[in-house]
Amino acid sequence: MSEPVIEVPMGPPLLEAVDVARAYALAGVPVLAVRGVSLTIEEGEYVAIVGPSGCGKSSLLNLLGAIDQPTRGRVSLRGRDVSRMSDREATDFRLRHIGFVFQRFYLMPMLTALENVELPMAEAGVASRARRARARELLAYVGLEARGGHRPAQLSGGEQQRVAIARSLANAPELLLADEPTGELDARTGRDVIALFDRLHADGMTIVVVTHDEVLARAARRVVHMVDGAIVSDERNAPAAAGGPPRCTTSPTATDAPSPFRRPPG
Amino acid sequence: MRALLAWSSLRRHPLRTALAILGVAVSAAMLLDMVMLSSGMQVSFRALLTRQGFEVRLTPKGTLPFDTEARIAGAASAESVVRRLPGVQDVSPVLGTTLHVVRGANADAVFALGIRPAAQGDYTLERGTDAVDVDRMVANATFLTRAGLALGDSVVVAAGYDAQLHMWTARRRVVIAGEARFHYLATDQPAVALPLATAQALVADGGGGSPDQVSLLMVKTHAGVDAEALRRRIEREVPRVTAIATADAVKSVEQRLGYFRQLALILGSVSLAVGFLLVSTLVTVSVQERVGEMAVMRALGVSRPHIAQQVMLEGLAISVVGAAGGLALGLVTARYLNTILRAFPGLPAAIDFFVFEPTAAYKSFALLIVTAVLAGVVPAWRAGSLPIAATLRTEAVS
Repeated sequence: MSEPVIEVPMGPPLLEAVDVARAYALAGVPVLAVRGVSLTIEEGEYVAIVGPSGCGKSSLLNLLGAIDQPTRGRVSLRGRDVSRMSDREATDFRLRHIGFVFQRFYLMPMLTALENVELPMAEAGVASRARRARARELLAYVGLEARGGHRPAQLSGGEQQRVAIARSLANAPELLLADEPTGELDARTGRDVIALFDRLHADGMTIVVVTHDEVLARAARRVVHMVDGAIVSDERNAPAAAGGPPRCTTSPTATDAPSPFRRPPG
Repeated sequence: MRALLAWSSLRRHPLRTALAILGVAVSAAMLLDMVMLSSGMQVSFRALLTRQGFEVRLTPKGTLPFDTEARIAGAASAESVVRRLPGVQDVSPVLGTTLHVVRGANADAVFALGIRPAAQGDYTLERGTDAVDVDRMVANATFLTRAGLALGDSVVVAAGYDAQLHMWTARRRVVIAGEARFHYLATDQPAVALPLATAQALVADGGGGSPDQVSLLMVKTHAGVDAEALRRRIEREVPRVTAIATADAVKSVEQRLGYFRQLALILGSVSLAVGFLLVSTLVTVSVQERVGEMAVMRALGVSRPHIAQQVMLEGLAISVVGAAGGLALGLVTARYLNTILRAFPGLPAAIDFFVFEPTAAYKSFALLIVTAVLAGVVPAWRAGSLPIAATLRTEAVS
């Protein structure tokens, strides 16, 4: 007798871009930044988008994160088309579903680390006490529980980026998008951030990172190469044990703090 | 959080914020001063004319009070006719003249009022007793100081100097019974007030004609009386006088003070424009410096209205603090300017150029706040409308 076949219903992928294009004018000259890109990212994936400067990596990331709208094609998250949302819908969508990390950190300079992490939660209407507690939890997760009262100027570049990562996790996003997160950091602090992404991935976070950093690209499980606005290759990195990408398993940022991937109340 | 962000943005450049607040404070002070100036003289004139509740003033035909040396002849009969009219509560006759205080060979000129103490509205007694007896008078501080006299001293007042005989044709010794502040006279003008009969006798004996004459009759009415109707009735009954209702006098003064209002309006508008430009410039510069941060906040999910509100809160905070400081500064400068302007010769002591009225202050404050809100609208709209992707791209390139 053959064994019974159990059919598992397949839901839509977490993120799907279909034939996405984005054109804009740069100094009056029309530029086709993204040319008919199709990309599917499943939940829990850790994807690096690499390629030369100006190849459209950041433009694609903006489209995936509903910061920008494609001139052609469709982007959907869990089957929901995010590429035709109104500004208000897209803003609310980003607030509740997407976490962003930028190359220059962009922390609010006069706010403390805690207040910076609280910012998206305040926007989402989380009560003051709850968001303060969660901000502490997130700072502990990135190894900065003792620096909550410090302003960005009192933190190193690596610490600022870790605060920015904590901020990106504030509203428990389904997807974390990072644009050159190690671009402003030296090799050592860059490794701390890479280790943090590793840990986030291990805790189940779906991560898409745009980078020039080979170490970061090798840390990702999948590498998408772009040239001139189009994807030219989409490869899976070999497992670390088989000589694949190096794993940053030890890091000064690693803490025993529990995973903070739950939605804050409110 | 928006308030915290606005506050933190202002704290980022404390010197710049302090200078902007100072600028708004100066602008607010100027605005308040102009508002006070635009209504100050009107308010003080109105208060002066209505001080004792006299609603109608009678002067010799075709003149204004104390406008000329002309007098109302047959003053007693005129007063009697007016007293009998319905609605009239009291009549206060006033004779204005120049008398001389004789001391040895010297005689100092002094402006004198003949009044009926119980009904007069020309002065307020500050010390001593009123001029209730025929040989008593009250004097202002300027007179007492210049003459070196004190309450209780007796002096000889005289009128009608005969140059051939080198003598005064009318003289009377009176005692200075009290010190008074004269409302309609300049502070630096020496002045005395005597009982009407004494003053009339001095004027008549000094060659001024009949003793039955006054410069002015002030009419107090019962509550609810139509002053305009009474004024017309008086002019019909006593054709030799011009009757002026206080409301008309106030209106006339207000028309004459139109220049002040125009000046105040122009300067007040300029100060508002300066405040607008200050706030607008500061907030625009602040937004310009933080376009990257704002684009990131938008990317993180902060809504356009919240970004705009944050920017407007910055402008509002500068304006509220600046305006509050400006009101205090405005009161101090108004007091100083008032002192300078009141030193102008011949102005009644009770006239102020700058009069503080709470309503005017609230209006100035509100006007400035509205201006500040408007000043923040364009930069706030700009901040809220930043194209996120393009701004981040530009920031990355720069």
